[in-house]
Amino acid sequence: MKMPLPDQSVLEKRDMLVRRLKEIVQNPNGVIDQEAGLRAFECDGLSAYRQLPMVAVLPETKQEICEILKFCKTEGVNVVPRGAGTSLSGGALPLADGVLLGLAKFSKIIEIDYENRCAVVQPGVTNLAITDAVKADGFYYAPDPSSQIACTIGGNVAENSGGVHCLKYGLTTNNVLGVEMITMDGDIIQFGGKHLDAEGYDLMGVVTGSEGLLGVITEVTVRLLKSPKHISAQLIGFPSSEQAGECVGKIIGAGIIPAGMEMMDYYAIHAAEEFCHAGYPLDVEALLIVELDGPEVEIEHNNQAIEKIAKECGATVIKLSQSEEERLTFWAGRKAAFPAIGRISPDYMCMDGTIPRNQLPKVLARMGELSEHYGLRVANVFHAGDGNLHPLILFDANIPGELEKCEEFGADILRLCVEVGGVLTGEHGVGVEKRDLMNEMFSEADLKQQQRLKCAFDPDGRLNPGKVFPILHRCAELSKMHVHNGALPFPDIPRF
Amino acid sequence: MEIFNITAEDQVLDLLQWALSNSKRLAIAGNDSKVALGRPMDVDATLSLSGLSGIEMYEPAELVMKAKAGTLVTLVEEELAASGQQLAFTPPDYGPLLGQPAGLGTLGGVFVPNLSGSSRIKAGAARDHLLGVNGFTGRGEAFQTGSRVMKNVTGYDLCKLVAGSYGTLAICTSLTFKVLPKSEKIRTVLVYGVTLEASVAIMRDALSSVHEVSAAAYMPAVIATKTGIDYLEGDAPAVALKIEGPAPSVEYRCTALLKLFEGQGHVEELHGHRSRALWKYLSDVRPFSENLKSNIWKISIPPSNAPAYVKAISSALSGLEYFLDWAGGLVWVSVPEGIENAGNTIIRKNLKGSGHATLIRASEQLRKEIPPFQPQNPVIAKISERIREGYDPQRILNPERMYPIVEI
Ligand SMILES: Cc1cc2nc3c(=O)[nH]c(=O)nc-3n(C[C@H](O)[C@H](O)[C@H](O)COP(=O)(O)OP(=O)(O)OC[C@H]3O[C@@H](n4cnc5c(N)ncnc54)[C@H](O)[C@@H]3O)c2cc1C
Repeated sequence: MKMPLPDQSVLEKRDMLVRRLKEIVQNPNGVIDQEAGLRAFECDGLSAYRQLPMVAVLPETKQEICEILKFCKTEGVNVVPRGAGTSLSGGALPLADGVLLGLAKFSKIIEIDYENRCAVVQPGVTNLAITDAVKADGFYYAPDPSSQIACTIGGNVAENSGGVHCLKYGLTTNNVLGVEMITMDGDIIQFGGKHLDAEGYDLMGVVTGSEGLLGVITEVTVRLLKSPKHISAQLIGFPSSEQAGECVGKIIGAGIIPAGMEMMDYYAIHAAEEFCHAGYPLDVEALLIVELDGPEVEIEHNNQAIEKIAKECGATVIKLSQSEEERLTFWAGRKAAFPAIGRISPDYMCMDGTIPRNQLPKVLARMGELSEHYGLRVANVFHAGDGNLHPLILFDANIPGELEKCEEFGADILRLCVEVGGVLTGEHGVGVEKRDLMNEMFSEADLKQQQRLKCAFDPDGRLNPGKVFPILHRCAELSKMHVHNGALPFPDIPRF
Repeated sequence: MEIFNITAEDQVLDLLQWALSNSKRLAIAGNDSKVALGRPMDVDATLSLSGLSGIEMYEPAELVMKAKAGTLVTLVEEELAASGQQLAFTPPDYGPLLGQPAGLGTLGGVFVPNLSGSSRIKAGAARDHLLGVNGFTGRGEAFQTGSRVMKNVTGYDLCKLVAGSYGTLAICTSLTFKVLPKSEKIRTVLVYGVTLEASVAIMRDALSSVHEVSAAAYMPAVIATKTGIDYLEGDAPAVALKIEGPAPSVEYRCTALLKLFEGQGHVEELHGHRSRALWKYLSDVRPFSENLKSNIWKISIPPSNAPAYVKAISSALSGLEYFLDWAGGLVWVSVPEGIENAGNTIIRKNLKGSGHATLIRASEQLRKEIPPFQPQNPVIAKISERIREGYDPQRILNPERMYPIVEI
């Protein structure tokens, strides 16, 4: 993985830049330029890649952000926004010649508005803090990435994060009503608010999931939902993942959209069970957790239907949670899958492709072959309902060459996802990790179309360069147009 | 003016090349059911996509369908219904509202302007269901964005840019979208005789309950009477709450809601057939489809602002009629003809910066004189213009249909 070469002329004026940034940022500790302090920012959740930023700034007001961005634009300095740094794709990886713009200080909940069932929050508020603030009144914020105790809502919007309940409640993009953003020109703009839909283009829609490349998110209005009264989970074990996959398809085919539908394979089940004793059966090849929420009668109705389908599909274990405690135990294993894998392997890398669900058997079989080929184990956790795979590749970075082998294996898995009609990333973002695989999914022409959007927001390419796109074309080049000699060509089109 | 009836994708490319090299400006249409929406355009030819029709892929167990942009929504809905599925955002048919026959709307005609019906508050908008797009930009380049899977964050989400662009950025030839199971049962809880303020409070309480209300509307007495639906003709204003799902669940939730609101007014329950008729009637804005002379505004606001807003505009514009959908977040307003500028200033000024108003129906002259789409913040207007510059540098696609060209 290569990052753009640092701009020497920027590095040469580092002292001046630091001095001026200290003038902009009021907090005496708000500009970090010493190595010891910068270490805290050297990587995000994808810790295989590390880079110290040239300087880190932690502004406390919007005005400061405006000034910082305007200053960086004038000086030709790159900016990398950062929330909590839990990105799994290297989206918040610093640049050697860049300013790391930390938003952690923006951690206030500005308003909770039950009249309109929404909350207005600063970008550094953690995902879980939103739900915590409204829980007592019976509300919650639906998207729940596993990292929710740490990750920020600004990061969630930038990554369009998901979670285990996306199937029924959608991703971040479906749960955000408004976004305030500061452009690289230092303009504060508001998309949406407490009302629905955009008056013109849906710019909030494109900023969501833009991985910090279009602007700095400074305020988010999220939709609040009433917490369901009843929740239940079924644990369903199968002798093969084909059968589990079939069961998932049939549940949805029967018109049931569970709140969550997760799947784990043999390795993941064993690692999780060993780690936190969730009571998972160990003699199955695949395990489903199917969660339903809503009124009790509905849950009962659907649970019966699901049990019947599961039996038809050959389930050998069916366990219905009998209490809230047991339900949480079912989830404990799934939620601890990553650390559990971390225990049985020195290092692991989490992939994130999405596939059409019916391709699951094929993909799992091919993954098995690849695992043998590379000599690396792989454990699978899987948002089965929406086809989002999280293969965890186990490796040991201390063995020379293993990281590279793991990267190649991961790339092969993602190519496979695209090959069967899926995509490179379902919720973790492209970042630096999948940047060089973008050509597997998009033609050069399609990538250019995407970059034209970038040009409308940040024509100099100052925000988070080196991420998402394998090559960032210059906007002047993208704006050129080749007009063919187009004579009226179609005697064959019927006309009036 | 020439009309080109496209029957195959590659013809679009040829036409674009011709238009680009001869500086021809094009109106992009499906079945013309919404030509009268937006700023009047100065174009040299119309490109009609209604011939580009057909379902290309449908996998019910994967909850996904792909179809050509000119496919009739009614056809898609029939095909889905055969597998017990539906478009959950309840695509509206604005045809009759705009003086056209019903049933002509195409897929492109709902996804590209991002039009959603009453269930939008729970199911999301058309844009939330759009997964992938194939088409051509105003540069005469083919493009593809998104995919066929539900969860995808690979690159920018250009589907969001397409939905709501009214054909000003690209010509869509195929759309891939999420479909969902059709509910086994639908019912509607009605609460009669409530005031505007009380209605918004009832809708708030309904949506803040655990009963998963999927649509909520308020009809003043005149509107309730117009519906022609039994139980609504009593000349009393009514709140309507839509409940759907498996039969035992619907029964349970209806009973709970009836009980919750019985103290607020007379309560009643509509069953499946009447419920479906009512929600379609409201989604399609049929209350304002009879008298085509009045001017129609679609106003999106924070729901709790609705009562004060409606009071303010009603007292300033005599003869105004309205009803609320989206739990108060959507105000449909009919302004009688003859009122200056269709009440533009009053309608927009009273928003006080929160929300937006779109003039959905008005004479060509009026749509020239006042901006049909809510005027934008200059920075956003500039970014939007730069986006247009990127995808349609010669402004040949539905030129200025949404906004006049601004300096960039
Ligand atoms: C253990 C673990 C489990 C996880 N589980 C999930 C999961 O279930 N689902 C899921 O979707 N993700 C998951 N993630 C990934 C990650 O938590 C999400 O991507 C999250 O949204 C990142 O938020 P953050 O605040 O940490 O952002 P960061 O990592 O700091 O930044 C992420 C990206 O957003 C940009 N950014 C951050 N803040 C802003 C802002 N204010 N304005 C503009 N750009 C900004 C950054 O430049 C970067 O590109 C997991 C991560 C870990 C470590």
